[in-house]
Amino acid sequence: MPVRGARRRGAGRRSAAALGSALALLAALSHPADAAAHDMLTIGITQFPATLNPDIDAMAAKSYVLGMAVRPFTVYDAGWRLDCLLCTRLPTIANGLAMPIALKDGKKGIDLTYTIRPDAKWGDGVPVTTDDVVFTYRVGRNPQSAVTAADLYRHITKIDVKDKHTFTLHLDKLTFDYAAIDDFVLLPAHLERAAFADPAQYRIRSRYNTDPTNPGLYDGPYRISQVATGSYIVLTRNPYWAGPPPHFRRITVRAIENTAALEANLLSSTIDMVAGELGPPLDEALAFERQHGSQFDMIYKPGLIFEHVDLNLARPALADRRVREALLLGSDRAAISQSLFAGRQPVADSFMSPLDSGYTKDIPHYRYDPVKAKALLEAAGWHAAGGGIRRNAAGQPLSFVLKTTAGDHTRELVEQVLQSEWRQIGVDIRIKNEPARVLFGDSLPHRDFDMAMYAWISAPDSVPRSIFDSTEIPDAANGYSGQNDTGFKSAEMDRLIEATETELDPAKRKALWAAMQRLYAIQLPSLPLYFRSNVFILPKWLKGVAPTGNQYPTTLWITDWQPQ
Amino acid sequence: MIRFAAIRLIEIAVVLVLLSFAIYVLIGLMPGDPIDLMRSADPHMTAADIAHLKAVYGLDRPLLARYLAWATGALAGNLGYSRLFAEPVLTALLPRLGNSLVLMGSSFVLALLIALVLGSLAARRPGSRLDEAINLLCFAGVSLPTFWLALVLILVFAAGLGWLPASGVATAGIGGLGDRLRHLVLPVATLTAASVGGYTRYVRAAMLEALAQDHIRTARAKGASEVRIIVHHALRGALVPVTTILALSFGSLVSGALVTETMFAYPGMGKLIFDAVMGNDYNLALAGLLLAAVVTMAANLAADLAYGWLDPRVTYR
Repeated sequence: MPVRGARRRGAGRRSAAALGSALALLAALSHPADAAAHDMLTIGITQFPATLNPDIDAMAAKSYVLGMAVRPFTVYDAGWRLDCLLCTRLPTIANGLAMPIALKDGKKGIDLTYTIRPDAKWGDGVPVTTDDVVFTYRVGRNPQSAVTAADLYRHITKIDVKDKHTFTLHLDKLTFDYAAIDDFVLLPAHLERAAFADPAQYRIRSRYNTDPTNPGLYDGPYRISQVATGSYIVLTRNPYWAGPPPHFRRITVRAIENTAALEANLLSSTIDMVAGELGPPLDEALAFERQHGSQFDMIYKPGLIFEHVDLNLARPALADRRVREALLLGSDRAAISQSLFAGRQPVADSFMSPLDSGYTKDIPHYRYDPVKAKALLEAAGWHAAGGGIRRNAAGQPLSFVLKTTAGDHTRELVEQVLQSEWRQIGVDIRIKNEPARVLFGDSLPHRDFDMAMYAWISAPDSVPRSIFDSTEIPDAANGYSGQNDTGFKSAEMDRLIEATETELDPAKRKALWAAMQRLYAIQLPSLPLYFRSNVFILPKWLKGVAPTGNQYPTTLWITDWQPQ
Repeated sequence: MIRFAAIRLIEIAVVLVLLSFAIYVLIGLMPGDPIDLMRSADPHMTAADIAHLKAVYGLDRPLLARYLAWATGALAGNLGYSRLFAEPVLTALLPRLGNSLVLMGSSFVLALLIALVLGSLAARRPGSRLDEAINLLCFAGVSLPTFWLALVLILVFAAGLGWLPASGVATAGIGGLGDRLRHLVLPVATLTAASVGGYTRYVRAAMLEALAQDHIRTARAKGASEVRIIVHHALRGALVPVTTILALSFGSLVSGALVTETMFAYPGMGKLIFDAVMGNDYNLALAGLLLAAVVTMAANLAADLAYGWLDPRVTYR
């Protein structure tokens, strides 16, 4: 027996040694030697792009990846100034490259002249020229090609080509942001022309889908060299890039949808950083910072993501402005921001971000005041009744269904706080959350909701025509297009929207913006909550990442990213 | 037996047709089609744009017409185009199917081997400390939430010790066999831990019944060793009920493991099917779900045929 026991112990030691050796081998393999050199970067994001075609399907993950590989003509930079990336000069009326014109119908249009940077080349060495401009216009104008920014192409009535690099766009609409043509992203005619032979099949046959690692598809500092669908995308330097040289030899963008796993990947050095554009929600990021903040640079960047509660104004109770104001006064948004978000997400007073040039403080502000909220509800005919829920003269309870995107942990937390606070003023809230596809695809456009919590994402100085103009209320007649889901109708708001859009004088436009925000804050078609922050988790050695706070991803300025 | 197999194959074909119709209709009836979602993201979309895009994507036609068009194409070998992945369905599906087969197959084999050993040991002396310890392990494995176990494994072995990669199928730009195996360790361990408890309980129950049979008592009386009794006499009989359970599990080899794949960012069939259903990608969802159904039914047929080999008393009518 002792012998057998000794043999067993010996076998155990051998097993332990074998296991130790195996683990040591695994450990050696798990940290490739070149990973430490900082000439490679691995970025974690929570989404994988469906397509890499820059003009089909709007998706944050695609914008993020293509920010490194594709140059739009114009973008808003981190200072929220419109910048030329692919053009040499922004057209302005002052420099003569933008010329307002009178149209036959009495409206105004504008002619815009752009010149492509003469050193711009696709990743296969073919120069970027006006051939690409004309081809892209043809694709964009063709209704069968399923291009996302159909509105821009609809307003471009004609293109005149001056030479290989200079062209003039003729637009049938004059707006203050006339020079911004960021949705006009060039397609390489020499590669995509064959795929466009049958426009209805273009979205399928585009080489961005069939041959995404073809270097000629990309004109940015990097080109996509490997795609593992659903898993990762590898970018390597574009040898024909003539701008400032990018530092990293190789960049891997890895999609990890679960944010807890994303953070664990960061801690294990599987990824170097988490992109704020597609990173964890703020509450998770705050928890991560408490535990591991010293190991990383954490940047919180509030921006143009406006969280709010849409109120369906077709509901009789919500059609009463006093009820809407009472709901806002009865919610302690400052406490929500402080307790749930450590004050990192500023409370919103209107739809316009404080970062926008048209922002004004000179509007009504609603601090938490449950006493005043109760008084307003009394005045509106909603009186205290048994069970703590107010009722009107007909005995109907003041009760609403609140919807948001199911599974969004942060919104669900806010929902619960609001439910509790509104209960204190006698308003019953029943929470009925829906998957995003149901909420955005069905409930909101069909206006099948009482209250809906979600976010509007806009561009800098974006005129809120689609969300406030009375012609943008979705219904069967307009095919449920438009985003004025609350059903807000105001002749004054319609006038302000039209005037702001076409006002070229910045001072006058600022006054119009202020009037628009004031009207919103008085009418409260929706309840403003806060401006969401993106959280960037960066390694301490990485410098130059400048969050924009607008819809343009940090990767557009990838050449500024350097290790220190 | 051939007649039995032929009848079962016809039944499988009928079930597949009915299933494909049911899946197509159910996905089609879910609110919010892809264009509805595009509309919510693009404030400039007009009613004409929406109508046009629905026509381009074929969403303007009645559901039945779309199903018939799909079925006609599928019978000709064309499973269509995945809208979500912007590539043909087979191109989107095959790499993930391979990944799932490797992941699920490895964990399936590992869990089965462990379950056979543990189940047999537990059944040998029911009520003993060893049996109780194995039972405890089984219940722990069954009870632990997969996402939690996955996260703990990532935090310990990837983040803490740095021994193993935390996610993916392979390191970008490396991707050799060793690298791929390292990426498999944690997800396979998670899935094995989650399934081994259940299998062990089935094996234990089947072995208990088998060990109580007369022929086992006879074998013991003849002086056969305990190992021989278990391996040669009891296990074969015990495998009949276990085979049924295993056959039902076969479908998961191709339907994937959604939670584990999500936690380890492992591109497999579970995540693919989930994304396809949620994204209204009819073609892809259908192909994925039907494939899982085919494999499950084929495995059940194989199990039915295997009964005859395992138990000579079984006849086919």
